[in-house]
Amino acid sequence: MENLQLLLEQTALTNDEYDLIVRKIGRDPNVLELGLFGALWSEHCGYKHSKSLLRTFPNDSEAVKVKAGEENAGVIDIGDGLGVVFKIESHNHPSAVEPYQGAATGIGGIVRDILAMGARPIALLNSLRFGELSKARNRYLFEGVVAGISGYGNCIGVPNVGGEVLFAPSYDGNPLVNAMCVGLLQIDQLMRSAATIPGSLLMVVGSATGRDGIHGASGLASRSFDEDREMRPTVQVGDPFLEKVLIEGCLEAASSGYVDAMQDMGAAGLTSSVMECVAKGGTGVDLNVDLVPRRESGMSAYEIMLSESQERMLLIVQPANEEHVKSLFAKWDLVAITIGTVTSSGRARIYEEGKIVADLDIPTLVEAPIYQPDSRRPAYLDELLNVAMPPAPNVKDVLKIFKLLLASPNISSKKQVYSRYDHEVQTRTVVKPGEGDAAVLRLKQSTRGLAVSVDGNARYTYLSPYVGGAMAVAEACRNVAVTGSTPIAVTDCLNFGNPEKPEVYYQLQECIRGMSDACRSLGVPVISGNVSLYNETEGKSIFPTAIVGALGVINDCEKLIPTSFQNIGDCVLLVGQGLNIDETSMPASEYLARMYELEAGNPHFDLQREASLQKFLLEVGALGLLNSAHDCSEGGVAVAIAECCIVGGIGFNGTGDWQNPRWDTVLFGELPSRVIVSCDTAVENQLMEIALRYELPITNLGITKAEDFTIDSLLTCSIHELSDVYYKGLDSALN
Amino acid sequence: MSNKFGVLVFPGTWSEGDWLYALSEVMGLNAEYVFHKQTNLHEFDCLVIPGGFSYGDYLRPGAIARFSPVMGSLIKFANAGGPVVGSCNGFQVLCEAGLLPGALIRNKSLEFRCQSQNLRVANNNSPFTSELDIDEILSLPISHGDGNYFVDEQTLAQMESNGQIAFQYCNSDGEITDESNPNGSVSNIAGVTNESGNVLGLMPHPERVVEQILGGTDGLKLLASINNFLSRPEN
Repeated sequence: MENLQLLLEQTALTNDEYDLIVRKIGRDPNVLELGLFGALWSEHCGYKHSKSLLRTFPNDSEAVKVKAGEENAGVIDIGDGLGVVFKIESHNHPSAVEPYQGAATGIGGIVRDILAMGARPIALLNSLRFGELSKARNRYLFEGVVAGISGYGNCIGVPNVGGEVLFAPSYDGNPLVNAMCVGLLQIDQLMRSAATIPGSLLMVVGSATGRDGIHGASGLASRSFDEDREMRPTVQVGDPFLEKVLIEGCLEAASSGYVDAMQDMGAAGLTSSVMECVAKGGTGVDLNVDLVPRRESGMSAYEIMLSESQERMLLIVQPANEEHVKSLFAKWDLVAITIGTVTSSGRARIYEEGKIVADLDIPTLVEAPIYQPDSRRPAYLDELLNVAMPPAPNVKDVLKIFKLLLASPNISSKKQVYSRYDHEVQTRTVVKPGEGDAAVLRLKQSTRGLAVSVDGNARYTYLSPYVGGAMAVAEACRNVAVTGSTPIAVTDCLNFGNPEKPEVYYQLQECIRGMSDACRSLGVPVISGNVSLYNETEGKSIFPTAIVGALGVINDCEKLIPTSFQNIGDCVLLVGQGLNIDETSMPASEYLARMYELEAGNPHFDLQREASLQKFLLEVGALGLLNSAHDCSEGGVAVAIAECCIVGGIGFNGTGDWQNPRWDTVLFGELPSRVIVSCDTAVENQLMEIALRYELPITNLGITKAEDFTIDSLLTCSIHELSDVYYKGLDSALN
Repeated sequence: MSNKFGVLVFPGTWSEGDWLYALSEVMGLNAEYVFHKQTNLHEFDCLVIPGGFSYGDYLRPGAIARFSPVMGSLIKFANAGGPVVGSCNGFQVLCEAGLLPGALIRNKSLEFRCQSQNLRVANNNSPFTSELDIDEILSLPISHGDGNYFVDEQTLAQMESNGQIAFQYCNSDGEITDESNPNGSVSNIAGVTNESGNVLGLMPHPERVVEQILGGTDGLKLLASINNFLSRPEN
């Protein structure tokens, strides 16, 4: 092949991988075959740099019905004949190139992953990262991504119930767009994706196939950013209306009994969906590209097989049911078309104009090589971990610092984002965005509810990949636990740089080790996930960013614990490390970053303490002792209390023992495993006794009152004043 | 025989499940879906056009749905005095179909808005508002990008004198202010009726606030109004 190097460049395969392919198939592959390998051996589909690490995640529990990796997403049995399926996925690279469509199609893709299991998508969440808003490019990306999520998500009738948006210099030009979808299904209607019966038909339904998104998986998602390359043609354009009718059509098909298996066509389009179905079924396939509905004439087999046109689903149907399936979709004005047959050959045979144009052994095609890249502890760690923490500033500036933090785009209200998303359709949302640490969806069939939260703090992962990974799992679960819900499973999205760099691989390795340990300590399996590597711009990696979505179950939604203060005269307590803290609470804090522009220090995390805290929360929640509970994270104790006040419209009088020479770390320092709770004064002692049993420190901070916010002699202002800063922070940063 | 509600479903509609749940599960009424290809509507006593993005609303909200097979029958049903309520996209469809005056254009902010909203009841002489008091304040959620109601001044004056303004966006004290207008609509209009009062369109979603656990029950007042009206002996 003359232009072999060019082809390898396009398909993101290395020379060694090419040689491996030749050895395995005993000849040179043709261009189409090379394209198939490129797609299936891409990082995006083949997980070649991450698979050996991902295998270390705990993936099972009594409630796990389908494990991670078996299907598009794992399934949790929540009883009453119901299953929950959820997954988070990245669309970082497309969003960096074309923010509106990149984010929109990210929503579309994750929804179809859930749909393929026969589940109705009932909620969306997203975790977004951008560079600082002072740069015009970052504001453009932010606006485009939010508009894309709004435009697509609102049109398909799935509520967007929660998420997070954070800003840090490390995401300059490389935003993160991680979208999570939760689905609900009758366990007995669970769909699988394996094509097990030879003679079955492959049918496609939804959009016609166009020339969009070719090389999306191999070219865009599996390579670093390169400013010189025009990548926009590799981003697909979404059609949310088609997605909406596809949801209704596919759910009717799934419950009809006429469809044996279902698979969405995401990254690498027809190639990955068809090959995954037959590989799982241990079968083969004869596929005729001439039968695939196309948007334009003259498309080659290569383009048809690698197109990433959106809103397409693959169905495996027995011939006797073909007409039933066609008429089922015709109701929704959708055309389901047969494009091939499942065979017993174990081979993928692609036909074009009556001729075989690709003929490959399926196990060879889908088994990407697995690499164990070199790992090296990054040199920056020694430097940053030992940075001396600054001394306490002048205490006269306390209110100014407090407001600086409340106004920080990382802390201030995201109302201007979530009010652009429909968060109520389907009428399950009982805790809405802005109201709680986790969103809560009631199940209409019973009094039960699902709490969902998505979290990650890359500053911690940057300074200690192990601690950051463990904390991401812990924080997502804690946000679920503060509502009184029991965390039962997590999903994860790992956003890292180029894994072929030993320092990046070290971060990935350590982060996954931390996450696994946290999952074991907290008793939550990983049921699905996604890896987004090569997040680099001009050779510079993003901060390693592990995003975790946690799901919990609460038996009675009437017993939900609110986040904000509810009554005047309630006792306010800090559970976890108390007020006698020093500069050890400063590493990786928002305070350190905003005040001193420092992202440094050595963060610590005690998993045993975390597990005790979450057990404590569930016990006192079930006893009905708490009037509110709020996770204490970015901005420390002062910001956490302020949030309880602002959302609840209730004041606070800090009468506890706040005296400490490091008043700044007391107020704004961040330590994991801390929760602000409020309760009737009559039950304070009971709470303290239970905390003691869990060996948890518990500190009386003060009492709720009308209007004003006061902390000892340190801080006095009105709630109105704080509200104003909190709700206008993001807008001011944008303008 | 109890009253029967028909809840229309166009491709792209997404509030039909919430309406059916509110009517049948919460209120215990007789309700079922009417798919857009159905043309026989004789069995229904009231028709609901729910929210969503019918046909993707790619041309103009409601502009395609208006030509759906069911709409010819719905227009006949309405012209014969049958009660029809359209919420959100349903309001847009009713305007496009000419059953209601005016048009719904892009929100003034150019952005989608999903939030709770105070509404003042401007009149109670339609089947849908019969159980409400004039100047009563309701809290209903909105969720739309094209809710900016527009009519010319002359039509507005006629509508006002006919008592066709059903709901107006207001603040918590019931005052009609610019700050309480979420989309820039003329005269803060959130909902209007036709001249004879049997067709109501409103941007808010009453079906979303029918249980305390969802944050309120003001939507029930509206739904109960319709049912009580239909149950009167003269109907």
